[in-house]
Amino acid sequence: MPPSPVTALAPAVSVDRIVKVFKGATAVAGISFQLAPGSMTALLGGNGAGKTTTIAMIMGLTMPTSGSVTVLGAQMPRQRYQVLHRMNFESPYVDMPMRLTVRQNLTVFAGLYGVEDVEDRIMTLADELNLAEFLDRPTGKLSSGQKTRVSLAKSLLNQPEVLLLDEPTASLDPDTADWVRERLKRYRIERGATVLLASHNMAEVERLCERVIMLKRGRIEDDDSPERLLARYGRRTLEEVFLDVARGRGDAREAAQ
Amino acid sequence: MSAQPQAQVNFSPRRISTMVLRYWYLLRSSWPRLLELIYWPLVQVLTWGLIQNYIGQHSGFFARAGGTLIGAMLLWEILFRGQLGFSISFLEEMWARNLGNLMMSPLRPAEFIAALMTMSLIRLLIGMVPVSLIAMAFFGFNIYELGLALAAFFANLMLTSWAIGILVSGLLLRHGLGAESLAWTLTFVLLPLTCVYYPVALLPEWLQPVSWMLPPTYVFEGMRALMIEHVFRPDLMLGALALNALFFGVAVVAFLRLLESARREGSLMQTGE
Repeated sequence: MPPSPVTALAPAVSVDRIVKVFKGATAVAGISFQLAPGSMTALLGGNGAGKTTTIAMIMGLTMPTSGSVTVLGAQMPRQRYQVLHRMNFESPYVDMPMRLTVRQNLTVFAGLYGVEDVEDRIMTLADELNLAEFLDRPTGKLSSGQKTRVSLAKSLLNQPEVLLLDEPTASLDPDTADWVRERLKRYRIERGATVLLASHNMAEVERLCERVIMLKRGRIEDDDSPERLLARYGRRTLEEVFLDVARGRGDAREAAQ
Repeated sequence: MSAQPQAQVNFSPRRISTMVLRYWYLLRSSWPRLLELIYWPLVQVLTWGLIQNYIGQHSGFFARAGGTLIGAMLLWEILFRGQLGFSISFLEEMWARNLGNLMMSPLRPAEFIAALMTMSLIRLLIGMVPVSLIAMAFFGFNIYELGLALAAFFANLMLTSWAIGILVSGLLLRHGLGAESLAWTLTFVLLPLTCVYYPVALLPEWLQPVSWMLPPTYVFEGMRALMIEHVFRPDLMLGALALNALFFGVAVVAFLRLLESARREGSLMQTGE
């Protein structure tokens, strides 16, 4: 496996040999990586590869069986309250309360994250994410694409320095997904945020991320830039690389090398 | 930048009031939720009020001790509804799959508990104040005549209800919605043991020490002393308070341990069955 790209600054996120075992089943088997400040990295892998568990450990929601996670200098989950207000996330495993309107939901989360000028911030996000027309509609009455945009708005409320996204465009039509990617790209550049993105969408990863960490059965199978991965595996798209990794066709890489 | 987060504090009244606001939005948006707050206490007060009237006509004791049954019922409802108000607000987060959002936000467990306690109080007042007025109008029972004693009874019952609510929430965090039935039924184990409708002396002797280990027993005995013998027993209230302090502390510690256990087991992200 090639070494991880060297980072000049102190890493925003540092994952050191983390293992997570659930009732005898190993979800994450001793992975290590560091995310440079301002970088955008993809966590790729099939179902059960350990992406969501890894993100949950970075957020401090799940405790590693062994190993350590540091975010913005704080040990997770022990020192999580030092940094949770500087982080945020979006995941299909959690919902926004359905009976509350979009505005009410965003008001509540803005309060929890200590955002000042709540109304201004909500209106700014509503403009940026095209939410204005349904701000006063119950969240449960929105289409799945609209709900994803609301979740995204929630994840950007506190202008996080570390943003963790689990399948952020999974339920969106191609046009909206493309539009969301543009917003994420812009946010990352404007804020200098560190973004970790778990995705199955290879085109999305190629377009957004300068680094790809490929997971398989809880281990890192490969870790490099999309361009180098394509070259190493001798493939034209990341999807083909993903299939090589998922189906254990390491010979493609060896042949190319 | 205007939207920069504020410096973080360990116990933030803003985060607590934000959570209370979240539950208030929910209550406001759903008339069945509001109706539920008053429906069952209303059924209870009508049932027990009529039983009290009937027994009072045929028993000299109950005629003298007018209101003990309906008074006991109202105090029991404070205990049960207080716990239910706490637990239902917590369950709302699980039903909405919102617990992950909260647990990954800067909201501290102590703030979450404080918000749930506040909501338990608000929900209880919405349900019980109209019902107490109905008891006054239809059965001539004015619970507010208990005066300061009522405040002591109420405070002790609320503390017990919160201790149970905190413990149940911890179990829900750790075991998911599979433990939901505990939220609806756990308090009922106190109904026979804390002697809501009869004196402790009526219990078998071997069971009486168990009953005296439970704070509500002191409240219900205190209520009977006040209504039958017209004596306020501060010793009973202090006994209840001491036990409540112990139970509340144990419940908070159990909640924190169950939360850590849930973090180890990874059950915070998937809070289904």
